[in-house]
Amino acid sequence: MIRLENVSKSFPDKQVLKNINAVFQKGKTNLIIGQSGSGKTVLLKSIVGLHNIDEGNILYNDRSFTCMNFKERMEIRKEIGMVFQGGALFDSSTVQENVMFPLNMFTKLSYDEKLERTNFCLKRVNLVDVNNLYPSEISGGMKKRVSIARAIALNPKYLFCDEPNSGLDPVTSIVIDNLIKEITEEYQITTVINTHDMNSVIEIGDNIIFIYNGEKRWEGSKDEILNTKNKEVNDFVFASELIKKVKPSRI
Amino acid sequence: MNLFYHIGRYTALLSKVFSKPEKTKVFFINLFKEFEIIGVNSLGIVAIISVFMGSVITIQTAYNIENPLLPKYLIGLTARDSILLEFSSTIVCLILAGKVGSNIASEIGTMRVTEQIDALEIMGVNSASYIIYPKIVAAILIIPFLTIFSSIIGILGGWLGGVMAGVTSTEEYVYGVQYSFNPFYVTYALIKTSAFAFIITSVSAYQGYFVSGGALEVGRASTKAVVYSSIVILLFNLILTQLILS
Repeated sequence: MIRLENVSKSFPDKQVLKNINAVFQKGKTNLIIGQSGSGKTVLLKSIVGLHNIDEGNILYNDRSFTCMNFKERMEIRKEIGMVFQGGALFDSSTVQENVMFPLNMFTKLSYDEKLERTNFCLKRVNLVDVNNLYPSEISGGMKKRVSIARAIALNPKYLFCDEPNSGLDPVTSIVIDNLIKEITEEYQITTVINTHDMNSVIEIGDNIIFIYNGEKRWEGSKDEILNTKNKEVNDFVFASELIKKVKPSRI
Repeated sequence: MNLFYHIGRYTALLSKVFSKPEKTKVFFINLFKEFEIIGVNSLGIVAIISVFMGSVITIQTAYNIENPLLPKYLIGLTARDSILLEFSSTIVCLILAGKVGSNIASEIGTMRVTEQIDALEIMGVNSASYIIYPKIVAAILIIPFLTIFSSIIGILGGWLGGVMAGVTSTEEYVYGVQYSFNPFYVTYALIKTSAFAFIITSVSAYQGYFVSGGALEVGRASTKAVVYSSIVILLFNLILTQLILS
């Protein structure tokens, strides 16, 4: 479980996050949604420590991440997997080397054991016969799946995904969403996904927080979001004509 | 104030770089990759520049000491000392600042803007140490060999150019190269080169590591890496020469 207590973050010219409180439960897909520029990515990067927060506290299973020193944070990060928007795969390494990287760095497994784990992770994300390809030789959807395989290689307790569907077609997006949800439930991971894709919200949003201008304006589940009376959430959710048509049947 | 900000941030980065590698085996794998990238891949350019510069130094020296009172072997002696003391240590390092420095800054800068450095940090890897440490160590170990290689090729180039231009004979040139040789010149050149190798890699890595933005900023960082490395090399050339030779 991850708990945020009054998290605030400013950059020299702007306050980006204002007193955010939230709880992300284990075994659930927790979504952070909001318009572009609302502060979603800053919040996600603050949770994993890529940005230092100005005020508040971030707790991983009641361990205060905010108060930890560099070494202690590094230890917590070994329990974290992250899927970046662009995949963030190492260009000069093959798919196999990318997935094997955390195993090389943090385990004492033999090469055969590492290879077995790598192949297991790749198979788990439905990728076969791509071990020797470089990131430049695979599609965007495959890159995302390799990134997920790398993120789960060390059996993380926490999985963070920054816009996992960006740049993907609707079919591949659903495949990625379902994959993240399956992995979350199967390994009982605390998953936090940053997205503005409404399909993801409706498909996999167990717990959703809505960020507007750096503030948390709403929290609920995928069933509740279609019926909320919150104006900002409605403006965001029903921006699409398709969703407007879907709403009456859902209700 | 801006200068102090950069010096402070550069020092903080170096303190992160020089920490114990997470996995020694991975460090050595990366180190040997860097030997190839920084050292082996630079052999061609160093050889070409050295042979031509050696020839030019020899021919120019010959035209400057046309006085019949001066012995011809001075051409070889002057070429040897110029190559050893300044060309192979300083000029070759300035050229490597262009080749290796821009490569390091653009590689690390691209890793930054494509979030590969963030990915390393999230995994619990000390990204500065993992990426930069092997580059610095490899450069300090391999660039002095490039200097020795450049000196040999430069002196051979001087002989070739001098003989082909008819400004000296093989006997006079070889005699001049051997005449009054001070082995400390080699030590001096190697000390300078090691310092310059550190400057090239650390300054360029600093420029790449703190890039923010996109492809345009990576290009700018690459240019800054070459310019700042070159300026710092010239400054330290003066300081080290004064310290070592005075």
